Amino acid sequence: MDDRFYVSAPPHIRTRYDAKYIMRQVTVALIPPTIAGIVFFGIRAVLVLLISVLSSILWQRLVLFVKGEKRALDGSEVVTGLLLALNLSPLVPWWIPIVGTFIAIVLAKELFGGLGFNIFNPALIARAFLLVSWPMEMTTWMSPFNGVTQATPLTFLKLQHTYTPYINLFLGNRGGCIGETSVLALLIGAGYLFFRGVIDWKIPVPYVLTVGVLALAFKQDPLFHIMAGGLILGAFFMATDYTTTPITKLGRIIFGISCGVITILIRLFGGYPEGVSFSILFMNAMTPLLDRWTIPKPFGYKTLRRNV
Amino acid sequence: MKRFLRPLINGILRENPILVLMIGLCPVLAVSSAAINGIYMGLAATFVLVGSNLIISIIRRFVPDQIRIPIFITIIATFVTIVDMVMHAYAPDMYNILGIFIPLIVVNCIILGRAEAFAYHNGVIESLGDGIGMGLGFTLILVVLGGIRELLGNGTLFGFQVMPIAYKPVLLMILPPGAFLTIGFLQALQRYRGGKG
Amino acid sequence: MLAHFLLLFIGALLVNNILLIKFIALCSFFGVSNSMSTSIGMGMAVTFVMVLASSVSWILWHFILVPLHLEFLQISSFILTIAALVQFVELFLKKNSPTLYRSMGIYLPLITTNCAILAVAFINVSSNFSFIESIVYAIGVSGGYTLAIVMFAGIRERMASAPIPRAFQGYPIAFVTASLMSLAFLGFKGLFGL
Repeated sequence: MDDRFYVSAPPHIRTRYDAKYIMRQVTVALIPPTIAGIVFFGIRAVLVLLISVLSSILWQRLVLFVKGEKRALDGSEVVTGLLLALNLSPLVPWWIPIVGTFIAIVLAKELFGGLGFNIFNPALIARAFLLVSWPMEMTTWMSPFNGVTQATPLTFLKLQHTYTPYINLFLGNRGGCIGETSVLALLIGAGYLFFRGVIDWKIPVPYVLTVGVLALAFKQDPLFHIMAGGLILGAFFMATDYTTTPITKLGRIIFGISCGVITILIRLFGGYPEGVSFSILFMNAMTPLLDRWTIPKPFGYKTLRRNV
Repeated sequence: MKRFLRPLINGILRENPILVLMIGLCPVLAVSSAAINGIYMGLAATFVLVGSNLIISIIRRFVPDQIRIPIFITIIATFVTIVDMVMHAYAPDMYNILGIFIPLIVVNCIILGRAEAFAYHNGVIESLGDGIGMGLGFTLILVVLGGIRELLGNGTLFGFQVMPIAYKPVLLMILPPGAFLTIGFLQALQRYRGGKG
Repeated sequence: MLAHFLLLFIGALLVNNILLIKFIALCSFFGVSNSMSTSIGMGMAVTFVMVLASSVSWILWHFILVPLHLEFLQISSFILTIAALVQFVELFLKKNSPTLYRSMGIYLPLITTNCAILAVAFINVSSNFSFIESIVYAIGVSGGYTLAIVMFAGIRERMASAPIPRAFQGYPIAFVTASLMSLAFLGFKGLFGL
């Protein structure tokens, strides 16, 4: 008799789109670029990926232990560890991913209150922190298959003004971070996320288009700038993070366009060869403002004039 | 003696201007990339603080209440000018490193704050103690902060190699983000201990 | 010529942001960034006073102190001039523009000890800026000030409801946030060779 009425607080109907589901989808979408990275960079890439993901899980468990919380991991630490590794050169020393995941999990996420409260994208904070602290270790790149050191296409452009062929950019046969080189693999992953409804077009598409248009405006090869560097990885997998990007439609479009402008500014005129991570971090800091200033007006809504 | 010592110790520990009162931050963050800078900056500020506290406590009975702030500022600016010129002449290298933060001592809230809150209401001896205490408290934080940043960011302390050669310095610590980060953690530590005790 | 001014402006606005990279005027950065409206008001007031103070101190330096060989009075005369100027602006606004006074009047007294104003006056002199250059520089610096403090206020308002660990609530997490913002601004390092 008592079981007839099931009493609970609303909402009564839930979707399956919880944090765990989303994180699982993102992990699945990151499999193609991960495989591409392993194919091109071999055992070094496997090691960096393993150390990064394992240390990320370890730091997360440690934080929960120190906080005295007994909850299951939500899968976000796997995504963070994976994303960080995909953003590292295969030649980094073993301790770089460990320090990086500490920065990402503890400093950028848990100090701010955990998943959903972080202001900045944890993996990108970790990458920027590492790049600024150990520029030598972070920018030694390797040529695919043979382990010889080689510069990235963007460095080639900045220092020697030479363009890498499209086919190498598209398939991933070039120097760079483990996960950023193969545009093909990244687009397969991104397509999966679109298909699953995890990400939408409002940030990545304006971002990529802005980079292309501005490259053209500065008389550079637009297709090269879209495929080189970490743009595809950043635009589809990092600038689409739910917590650190705006909620409103207009806010997201502005976010994407501004990221594109800053990326091109840094690439063409800045001190660093690549500007994707810094541009997304800068716009992360702008996100609360964008959310606030782009709240859509309900139909027929009028602002009352304040009585002076 | 007690009248001198109590405000002195108070300034170093209980009411440390940086960690507890949260004033006078700019030079602390800006010049603390090495421990030695902290000593120079701290001593310069201490000199101004002691001098202005001393003069203000002497003349406080003759100062009309309405125009006390401009008078305080003039006295402080005089001492800052002295420090500025002395450092420019005798420690030019350090003067270049500390740069604009030496003349900016004039608007450092600690100094005007102590003039207004303490020296204007207390005798000469207490004000002297307060000036030295607050100055040393300020210097202490500068040196600690500079020491931590120099050690992590450069592997040295006062210019001597301390960390093993294999240690890869965290360059970020001697760059601007490192300053904010270190003081944030120092404050959290101080709060954590305060919460326990 | 225009490009020269643009570079000066962008350098002051982003590359050498006065709050996040140069560490000047931090008291107000942490003190009045609790709410968005106060930080916008503060940004407006700083912009207004900084441009005014830069021009006045430039005139003072080039037409009074240098001709009379009174350079050693720089610190004292600048601070007193700026303090007087702020008082004057406050009185003027109160009498002639009550609307403007309401939106930024209460921030004016705070500005007397805002080191950014004085710092810009000193930098104008030490960099040998022409009159126009010092105005452009002042606009860039105050724009950077406003940008950083409003961004910071937005973040702090959002963090107000976050379950931040106890020891880090309040100022410590504000410093950590400032550190990460400063890291994001480091990306502009070397922009246009600045």
